[in-house]
Amino acid sequence: MQDTRSDTYPLQRRDVVKRLTRGKDDLLVIAGLGSTAWDITSAGDRDLNFPLWGAMGGAISMGLGLALAQPQRRVLVITGDGETLMGMGSLASVALQGPQNLSICTFDNERYGETGMQMTHTSAKTDLAAVAAACGIAVTGEVRTEDALEAALPIILEAAGPVYHAIKVRAEKLDFVLPPKDGEHLKDRFRRALLGVC
Amino acid sequence: MDWWKQIFAAFKKADIGQVAYVPDAGHAALIDACIADQDIHAIALTTEEEGVALLAGAWLGGVRGALLMQSSGVGNCINMFSLSSTCRFPLPVFVTMRGQWQEFNPWQHAMGESAQRHLETAGLQTRTAAEASEVGPLTTATLDKAFADGGMAALLLHQSLMPAKTFDQ
Repeated sequence: MQDTRSDTYPLQRRDVVKRLTRGKDDLLVIAGLGSTAWDITSAGDRDLNFPLWGAMGGAISMGLGLALAQPQRRVLVITGDGETLMGMGSLASVALQGPQNLSICTFDNERYGETGMQMTHTSAKTDLAAVAAACGIAVTGEVRTEDALEAALPIILEAAGPVYHAIKVRAEKLDFVLPPKDGEHLKDRFRRALLGVC
Repeated sequence: MDWWKQIFAAFKKADIGQVAYVPDAGHAALIDACIADQDIHAIALTTEEEGVALLAGAWLGGVRGALLMQSSGVGNCINMFSLSSTCRFPLPVFVTMRGQWQEFNPWQHAMGESAQRHLETAGLQTRTAAEASEVGPLTTATLDKAFADGGMAALLLHQSLMPAKTFDQ
């Protein structure tokens, strides 16, 4: 089944990511593999970014471990709809722990962007914000418009969480903006910036 | 000392702050001890692979973790282990074995008989504890491999250490 409605969604991922992360020097950011890893890098590669190049389905769990380890710091997971679908049970694990400092944003373009823009389940049936709410995550929302994004930004960045938003973004092919791909380097620079040690 | 108390004591000594698990009969007493401990976040997972990623996040945040699972959970983790191996995230795993001793359920044999090979193929150093008295030292060796070495290691806990599950037969 082909449904190309997301080709014309108004929100564009590279703009959304800038508004989520620019100037937020203290924010701890985990990005799921593929487009969202390129997105966070397009807003400026920084030591407190951890962009995944693999481990599909793991971004939300990684954010949970980090949020529990660093309760005084805001943790933001930015990942795709395909990546979220692969680790959907982790939304239930997040709800059970209930870390107030964890926000999760799925950039939902309803496609598998890295493999040829095939439709994901969200293009047809699955409502990820409803899934998150049903898992027990306290603050959830779906964002489709500029006004809704403007209202959601302070919730994503500051509200007592856990917070989950599905941000419906346009399906578009964009330039690759690649972060470093040496995993040990990504880990070491993050820990050095956060903890002062590798 | 009961074998699970030796693991718990080693966790405390190693300053383990997050213990991730899928509920399991073999690990039940250890899980309960972790839940009751004020300095340990005991984190229930829906599938074991979540725990691999969770402990990577914990390490980014400066906290040491350990992952508990049954042999059937090993298969759920294979791709996620690549996160630990590629980035050298410390990963100590404690596996209660099924399918090797007084096993009533033949569906447990596949992962029980292959878990160690899967773990080694994925890059984990493995050890097996067959006697209660060796669990403590082997736990410490497993934690040392993970945290002193930035490595991946699993301790396989032989099914003979656990009470047999008889399904009331």
